Amino acid sequence: MKVLVGIKRVLDPQVKARVNGDRTGIDLTNAKMTMNPFCENAVEEAIRLKEAGTAEEVVVLSIGPAKAEETLRNALALGADRAILVHTEDTLEPLALAKVFKAIVADEQPQLILVGKQAIDDDCNQTGQMVSALLDWPQATFASKLEINGDTAKVTREVDGGLESIDVNMPAVVTVDLRLNEPRYASLPNVMKAKRKPLEKKELADLGLDTANRLTTLEVSEPPARDAGIVVETVAELVGKLKNEAKVI
Amino acid sequence: MSVLVIAEHENGTLVGSTLNTISAALAIGGDVDVLVAGNDCQSAAQAAAQAVGVSRVRVADDSTLAGQLAENMADLVVSIASDYSHILAPATTFGKNFMPRASALLDVSQISDISAVISADTFERPIYAGNALAKVQSADNIKLITVRITKFDAAPAAGGSATIEPVTAAADTDKSRYLGLAASESERVELTSAAVVVSGGRGMQSGDNFPMLERVADKLGAAVGASRAAVDAGFVPNDYQVGQTGKVIAPDLYIAVGISGAIQHLAGMKDSKVIVAINKDSEAPIFQVADYGLVADLFDAVPELESEL
Ligand SMILES: Cc1cc2nc3c(=O)[nH]c(=O)nc-3n(C[C@H](O)[C@H](O)[C@H](O)COP(=O)(O)OP(=O)(O)OC[C@H]3O[C@@H](n4cnc5c(N)ncnc54)[C@H](O)[C@@H]3O)c2cc1C
Ligand SMILES: Cc1cc2nc3c(=O)[nH]c(=O)nc-3n(C[C@H](O)[C@H](O)[C@H](O)COP(=O)(O)OP(=O)(O)OC[C@H]3O[C@@H](n4cnc5c(N)ncnc54)[C@H](O)[C@@H]3O)c2cc1C
Repeated sequence: MKVLVGIKRVLDPQVKARVNGDRTGIDLTNAKMTMNPFCENAVEEAIRLKEAGTAEEVVVLSIGPAKAEETLRNALALGADRAILVHTEDTLEPLALAKVFKAIVADEQPQLILVGKQAIDDDCNQTGQMVSALLDWPQATFASKLEINGDTAKVTREVDGGLESIDVNMPAVVTVDLRLNEPRYASLPNVMKAKRKPLEKKELADLGLDTANRLTTLEVSEPPARDAGIVVETVAELVGKLKNEAKVI
Repeated sequence: MSVLVIAEHENGTLVGSTLNTISAALAIGGDVDVLVAGNDCQSAAQAAAQAVGVSRVRVADDSTLAGQLAENMADLVVSIASDYSHILAPATTFGKNFMPRASALLDVSQISDISAVISADTFERPIYAGNALAKVQSADNIKLITVRITKFDAAPAAGGSATIEPVTAAADTDKSRYLGLAASESERVELTSAAVVVSGGRGMQSGDNFPMLERVADKLGAAVGASRAAVDAGFVPNDYQVGQTGKVIAPDLYIAVGISGAIQHLAGMKDSKVIVAINKDSEAPIFQVADYGLVADLFDAVPELESEL
């Protein structure tokens, strides 16, 4: 089985996002960038499938700027075999990303696609579902457990009401949640080895796809700040304030 | 203009998120229809027809819609999409599952998790865990949208009188099968609709200490929530998680106990009306958003709170 994993380069989750000067987006100048945390779980799962003998090859794909090569190298250091960078300096919407995935899948013919359930920057939570729609494959979103059983896979999904189980035909697209696994760290020798692993670059324009954005961001702003609160000294004072001042209990 | 709302329901009971989504639809304007899809879902359709502002309820009641699998749901939505200018679902795990699939089949860019309607084609949505708000305009003919339910008041559940019509389910795709839901046993009010929420974090040290919070919650008629650290550590089940990757809630009162206040946690609760933080570290970032902060050891403060209530 070949596994294709989608990887996005994002602002480090520990860094607080700040709106840029012309209010068109987030200021990413010199910001610390990293692999989207959910993608780390997707890569980890793919590597574990390989270690268990269920998968033969793990291919990682990123659609993005030249700098996304660094993020792909990181995935190679973790244990992926090969990387593909579809280069564009434009930011694509999930629908356009899904079209790119479809084109790559036609060449690569994977049996399983793993992506994060959401990217922590735009929080769209769309890409995996759209990829599976365009491929006419089954989908399993928000996976916290994945069990491949030949032609089918059993997936435990984290939903608002608890844990849901579904069974999907393979090939399938699975979007992964953080509790699926605990991602490993890359060792220094593996970081060195990753520099020599194959990384293929394609230009988005050469794929001949309609990836025009349908949405226009008119403005990005800071949400209103909360008023500063007060420190109470005792539990009794707290209960008094909640009853008499805030009137919420 | 005609807007379709896709109802969320559980075993025939309409879920509150549907009423918030109806409000978002009314803010867009035009006629509002509701689609109720599932197996044995007539009672949810009856309930939806009572909601104020709904013109027509369309019911697809079919065994192939049991478990509301994404593939069959998306095909159903696509089959009636041409009747509408906008299609809305709540941005809960229900809506997030099939809406992007339907969008891609319709060759439309979905607008995720809107927090406000600016006009029929322009919407506001939070990005970067709510640290920024983007105003987004859509050029698609049909707009598929998921709605951040905490940002829209619930439409009144009674007083409406919509017509109810059947609609045929799409052919079974047989791509996946629903096996079941392991729901956490709780008599308590649901986290997303509770007026008061008491949440515990890593500071609780163990799941064995959560009954302490539950006793406070009982006195307040509150739901119990948790940080991701508390869920990861196995103190409580996954559906307790509040935050960027868990539930987004906005109760009248949120009490954070032993929670540091990471960006990802704040993303799920900072729209609460009143926030209380109980933490022994006066430097914890949670105090920056708290209306009332108490610097104390929770193992002293929580039992005291229980007896003061
Ligand atoms: C309304 C809107 C406004 C936007 N505004 C801006 C803006 O102001 N500035 C800006 O720079 N960009 C903007 N974008 C584009 C945005 O940065 C995203 O690249 C794009 O929308 C994908 O969304 P997401 O990453 O949240 O996808 P999600 O669906 O949340 O991502 C889920 C998973 O899909 C996979 N995936 C996602 N992206 C890639 C990728 N590039 N390559 C490979 N796999 C991937 C990953 O596995 C990821 O975990 C905007 C997009 C939208 C929809
Ligand atoms: C991609 C991503 C997504 C995430 N999504 C979420 C999410 O949805 N929700 C979420 O919550 N987190 C999320 N996180 C995790 C988040 O970054 C934090 O790690 C997490 O919220 C920390 O939980 P905590 O506050 O319980 O634990 P800690 O940060 O460990 O804080 C524990 C607090 O308890 C206090 N404490 C300890 N003992 C006592 C005592 N006896 N009395 C009083 N106070 C005490 C300490 O002072 C401390 O402030 C996400 C992280 C990432 C990277």
